[in-house]
Amino acid sequence: MSGLEFLLAGTLAAALPLLLAALGEMVVEKTGLLNLGLEGMMAIGAAIAFICVYHTGSHLLGFVAAALISTLVALLFAVLVIGVKANEVAAGLAIGVLGLGLSALFGKSYESLTIKGLPKIDIPGLSDIPLLGQTVFTQDIVVWLSIVGTVALWWVLNRTKLGLIIAAVGENADAARSIGYPVVLIRLSAVSFGGAMCGLAGAYASTVYTPLWADGMIAGRGWIALALVVFGTWQTGRVAFGALLFGILSLGELTAQAMGVGLPSQVLSSLPYLVTILMLVVISRRRSDLI
Amino acid sequence: MKLRLIRRDSASRLAMFTAPVLALVLTCVASLVLFSALGKDAGAALHALLLKPFLSWYSFSEVLLKMAPLLLIAQGLAIGFRANVFNIGAEGQFIVGALCASALPVYFPDGNFPMMLPAMIAFGALGGTVYALIAAALRTRFGASEILVTLMMALIAVQILNYLLLGPWKDPRGFNFPQTVMFPDNAMLPILFDGTRTNISLIFSLLASVFAYLMMQHHFRGYQLRTAGLAPRAALYAGFSAPRMVWLGLGLGGLAAGIAGASEVAGPLGQLQRSVTSGYGYAAIIVAYVGGLNPLGIIASSFLISVIYIGGDSATVSAGLPVAAVEVFQGLLLFFYLLTFTLIRFRIEIDRKVTA
Repeated sequence: MSGLEFLLAGTLAAALPLLLAALGEMVVEKTGLLNLGLEGMMAIGAAIAFICVYHTGSHLLGFVAAALISTLVALLFAVLVIGVKANEVAAGLAIGVLGLGLSALFGKSYESLTIKGLPKIDIPGLSDIPLLGQTVFTQDIVVWLSIVGTVALWWVLNRTKLGLIIAAVGENADAARSIGYPVVLIRLSAVSFGGAMCGLAGAYASTVYTPLWADGMIAGRGWIALALVVFGTWQTGRVAFGALLFGILSLGELTAQAMGVGLPSQVLSSLPYLVTILMLVVISRRRSDLI
Repeated sequence: MKLRLIRRDSASRLAMFTAPVLALVLTCVASLVLFSALGKDAGAALHALLLKPFLSWYSFSEVLLKMAPLLLIAQGLAIGFRANVFNIGAEGQFIVGALCASALPVYFPDGNFPMMLPAMIAFGALGGTVYALIAAALRTRFGASEILVTLMMALIAVQILNYLLLGPWKDPRGFNFPQTVMFPDNAMLPILFDGTRTNISLIFSLLASVFAYLMMQHHFRGYQLRTAGLAPRAALYAGFSAPRMVWLGLGLGGLAAGIAGASEVAGPLGQLQRSVTSGYGYAAIIVAYVGGLNPLGIIASSFLISVIYIGGDSATVSAGLPVAAVEVFQGLLLFFYLLTFTLIRFRIEIDRKVTA
């Protein structure tokens, strides 16, 4: 496989955990909250999914279990932030540390064990295209489902009443409450959704992308996903595009070799964070211009 | 009928003490349940986590060694947190502090540089401060959230560290390990107690605590910072400069983290190596909160978290727990603290709607 083929084939899969976690966090942030615990929620999802697939052999069960456990951890965040109005930065860090710790605790006896990944599915017609067919258009089922899910999420957020209510809650919670929108319920659902998505993202990382368990395998993907939400300026399409871009970058050194770039891989690894800071500066300035 | 949380006008002194104690008890109970569920000897685990560190002078001195950076960073961070300036990238400022301090022994491995150690500490302090002030500049100039900027900067700092350790700063005789040369003797902090690794950075941390206490409780600047946090509008009407609070909050956090980073390489590590990213910057956030963002409380909480770190090491042997148990304990502790603290700060009021 040439470098280019490797990139074409690998980017979607590398982007997927970032995409799922970022879309979940995007919905959380759209309701006016900030959950910094992504890394931990992904890690515990990854651990539970791996354990589940290892014992049952069913990826479906693994993904469901991961979504559930991460939702549970996200609900702890909800108890603190929505329930007792604790500081959300501290609350996010608390569940983040907890999730990371629990993942290592549960995963301890599965260290370096492997499982089978998922088969790639060809799309009839598309898969016959030279070069692209056997790389871009040959992916596992989770990738295909996620693309459908991303479009569905875009539709809900931009074309339905629910999307408008979410935006209203995020932009002015008091106003939303006063016209009778269930602010607490919307936020609670968003936080749960964010947790579930992180769980799925972790499950993909540990049972499909690299089907083995190693402590710390999420390796900062949660932080990149958090950056991605800002990079995508809270818009589904841009977040998806950013996920692809960050996915390529996360292939790091391999990418650099493929492109024949002489930069140290650390520069590439830093790029997502650097562009996110740049993006923050640009959008914050635009926002403060408006006021 | 509806339940509502009403904020009390002032947190009672009793509440300030009750919340962390209650949180610790709840954390112990939750860990007991969790460890037992995993088939571990939960009693032995808790014994190792909380008591073992006190059973020998050496392990107690290790607690003090861990406490030094945590206490220093947490005092710096808490000043910012009380002004609603959320520097969560202390880990990055810590790393940059360590990097800047290491530059001297890396380029003068024979130690022939005047005032080597003080210069290293100064470099570290400067590095950490400048690194944090980048976030302050972006926040005050462009309104960019310091939460995300400091976090991103911390992740970038790890990459800078990796680059230096794998490239230009790698010890040529270090068997290709990602680490610098061992520092010369005059680049090392003096040991405080013979036969231990506890060094004088603990004194820096205690001095910083005194400084934080005097500033936050007895100085006008501390009053301004606290007002900015508790009542931003009141601070604005009183003419307290909001940008100044951001500069000060981030700058002091970065300064403390930078000195802590310098002390880490000039202390227990004795060289710059990857393990400098051990998460002190993040743990210090937990320390700051569990200490109630209060300079005295933080001394207690940094001691507690250090005990758990050292206890966690012995729990790996005596109770077969992975090191991650420490993270679980820390996470639970912050969770329960936030829960109990807020519950104590609020009183529950029952709305009885009168229906006409």
